[in-house]
Amino acid sequence: MVHDRKNGSGERIHRTAIEGEFTISTAHALRERLLAALGEGEETEVDLSGVSEMDSAGLQLMVAAKREAAARRKPLRFTGHSGVVRDTLDVCDLSAHFGDPVLIPRA
Amino acid sequence: MNLDDALHTFIVEGRELLEQMEEALLQVEQAPGDDDAIAAIFRAAHTIKGSAGLFGLDHVVKFTHVAESVLDRVRNHQIGIDSDLVAVFLAVRDHLGMLLDRIAAGLEPDAETEQSGQALADRLKAYLDGQPAAGRPENALVERPVCLEQAPPTGGADTDNWHISLRFNPDVLRNGLDPLAIIRYLATFGRVAHIVTLVDAVPGLTDLEPEDSYLGYEISFHTDADKATIDSAFDFVRDDARIRILPPHSKVSEYVQLIRDLPEEEMRLGEILMGCGTLTPAELDEALRRQEAAADGAPHPIGEMLVEQNIVHPPVVQAALDKQKQVKEQKSAEGSLIRVNAEKLDEHINLIGELIIASAGTSLIAQRANIPELSEAAARLSRLVEEVRDSALTLRMVQIGATFNKFQRVVRDMSAELKKDIRLEISGAETELDKTVVEKIGDPLTHLVRNSLDHGIEAAAERIARGKPAHGTIRLNAYHDSGSIVIEVSDDGGGLNRERILKKAIERGLVKPEQQLGDDEIHNLIFEAGFSTAEQVNNLSGRGVGMDVVRRNIMALRGTVEIQSAEGMGTTMRIRLPLTLAIIDGFLVGVGAASFVLPLELVVECVELSADETQAAQGRDHLNLRGEVLPFIRLKELFDISDPSQPAVDPADEEGFGDGRAASGSSGDTATAVASDPELDFMLHPVRRENVVVVQYAGHRAGLVVENLMGEFQTVIRPLGVVFNGLQGIAGFTILGNGQVALILDVAGLVHRVATRDRRLNAGVSFAMSE
Repeated sequence: MVHDRKNGSGERIHRTAIEGEFTISTAHALRERLLAALGEGEETEVDLSGVSEMDSAGLQLMVAAKREAAARRKPLRFTGHSGVVRDTLDVCDLSAHFGDPVLIPRA
Repeated sequence: MNLDDALHTFIVEGRELLEQMEEALLQVEQAPGDDDAIAAIFRAAHTIKGSAGLFGLDHVVKFTHVAESVLDRVRNHQIGIDSDLVAVFLAVRDHLGMLLDRIAAGLEPDAETEQSGQALADRLKAYLDGQPAAGRPENALVERPVCLEQAPPTGGADTDNWHISLRFNPDVLRNGLDPLAIIRYLATFGRVAHIVTLVDAVPGLTDLEPEDSYLGYEISFHTDADKATIDSAFDFVRDDARIRILPPHSKVSEYVQLIRDLPEEEMRLGEILMGCGTLTPAELDEALRRQEAAADGAPHPIGEMLVEQNIVHPPVVQAALDKQKQVKEQKSAEGSLIRVNAEKLDEHINLIGELIIASAGTSLIAQRANIPELSEAAARLSRLVEEVRDSALTLRMVQIGATFNKFQRVVRDMSAELKKDIRLEISGAETELDKTVVEKIGDPLTHLVRNSLDHGIEAAAERIARGKPAHGTIRLNAYHDSGSIVIEVSDDGGGLNRERILKKAIERGLVKPEQQLGDDEIHNLIFEAGFSTAEQVNNLSGRGVGMDVVRRNIMALRGTVEIQSAEGMGTTMRIRLPLTLAIIDGFLVGVGAASFVLPLELVVECVELSADETQAAQGRDHLNLRGEVLPFIRLKELFDISDPSQPAVDPADEEGFGDGRAASGSSGDTATAVASDPELDFMLHPVRRENVVVVQYAGHRAGLVVENLMGEFQTVIRPLGVVFNGLQGIAGFTILGNGQVALILDVAGLVHRVATRDRRLNAGVSFAMSE
């Protein structure tokens, strides 16, 4: 699911979403998706609200995507962290690492 | 085991450890980068300290502690080791040896010992970078490295948490395991106080292999569970991961090791450990400092890592547990060895000696009884007894290597004192010989080595002038040779100065000026009492006592010593000793009614001495043996044995004969064992024939003329009483199967006698050969 929109300075923001499994079984495909997304716009947003399952393969994909983006000097943000994602980041204490605002839904 | 026994064990082990320490020290001096040797030195000091603490030997603990602190720094490459430091530690080793000696003697350290200990401790403290060395530890069981003065008193990191370090193989995900799941599982029996996920290894998306695992974790874990429980969390990933679990309050060195072992950059890891709350900033500083010091050193071998793991000293509560574990580990290492009291072993061998005699008696009776089954049984018995004897004797056999290695120190110390550069080469260290012989050979060997060091090896300038390498070499070598062990002490020094020895000998009236002597004879003169050619007398050797004592000691072991020397090239002293002092394979011969035993390994052959040959010898006691001249001795004449046709000595007199002969026996050659024996009578051939037993010893051959050859006979050597001390030609006695006494001939002495008699006759002068 890909949506494009412009940000405030008129640059194209490429949005993509990851849904369902964010694990080793989908890692190959998701890597391609993220690479493609990075190639599309100047900025990339990845929506994680639909992630229902996550393991360390998913986690390191997130790290790799951030790193890749930094190397290309293109911002990449993860948004809408689902409960599963938040839990994973908590377990690893990596929330701060990504620097993206994580919204904790009201109970 | 009561306390005394335990203390005794401590002393014995302590001495062994000190020996290992010395060996390792000398090794380190040669190869300063030898981490294994340094670890061995540390281990020795550490173990001694620990054991001494158990016995409340505070002075030992206190002293060793300082040494250990310095060693710890050496081990961590904070202090380089050089010959100065080696010298200090050799002194430390000596001091510890002295402390042990005093403990063994039940003495408290006296003022002098205290003083020298304090002096040494001060020298050691100077190595601790001006930091005040730790004083007496509050508790001997608590590890307290000096370098952690500011650290908490438990000696480890302050944290109450376990530290778990996880690195996974790339394949772990593909194998269906998720490291995160394991971390979640940990939370079921404890609390992950802090976790740092290491993302450094994750590449950018382009290079990412999505199914490889890149993440590592450092976890500070709070739990009441024991190590096994924590460990079990990783059961499924053990093959796919590197897991290190450090208990709470581990030593800083543990963390250093952890940091060192992990692939990430060290600074960053240090910060991570701090981030985990595992280390305080002060502890981290300390760790990094060590880390830096270590960076110049060689990579750390696994062995050392293990040692460090072994010395984990968690808080006091854990100390006891740990001790137990240590003991267990030690036990498994020594599992195949048992310490046996030497006295018990001697008793065992004595009993086997009796068994041999009893078995010989049985064989004799079996032969006489002429019952085939009995003979067979007796034969089997004697074969078994022989095997038992052999295996019992090997129990007493020890390698000479340990004795040789002690000379490393002698050579080191003396070459420093003499300001000569001398190296020691050892070969044949695995050669085995009887423990008793090893114990007794130490002193003579020391004399010989010192002599070579002092008189043998020339000063460097002189050596260079002679075209030899500046450093001298002493070689110790041992090998087995026809039932003897040969120990050689050689040097590549100046060799014996023939002229000077001769001059001195003439001065002292040992030889007459007109005497013509061969090189060997001249060389042998240095074994005469009060003979020294050293122009300068120093406190090492050259006081004229020594070489004669050496020869006397060696002869007391039924051995010989000979010299081979080439002027300008060097000298070799060759000591030849019997392998064992207790039992020999003998060859039984009869002269008249008396029986004699010769060591079988010295017998070359037996030939018949026909009347023609006796005639041809023309009373000159030489025999033509296949074209070679063979000097011989008639035992009958030597021991003045009466013909059996004459009335034999009354058997009842037998006990008395020894005493009766003792006085005259000491004069040299009249001892005899006469016993009337119907069996021997029976065995005597009606026509009297003489046989020559050709024996060989140390390159010389001689014939012993006897009447009867009675075959092989296993013999337990029993020493002659003190009254027979001066007796020549007899090495001991044994009891035959039929209860009679047979004398054991001292073949070395007899061969020597024949050889000198020969020389005397040939030279036509009376050469004063000491006998």
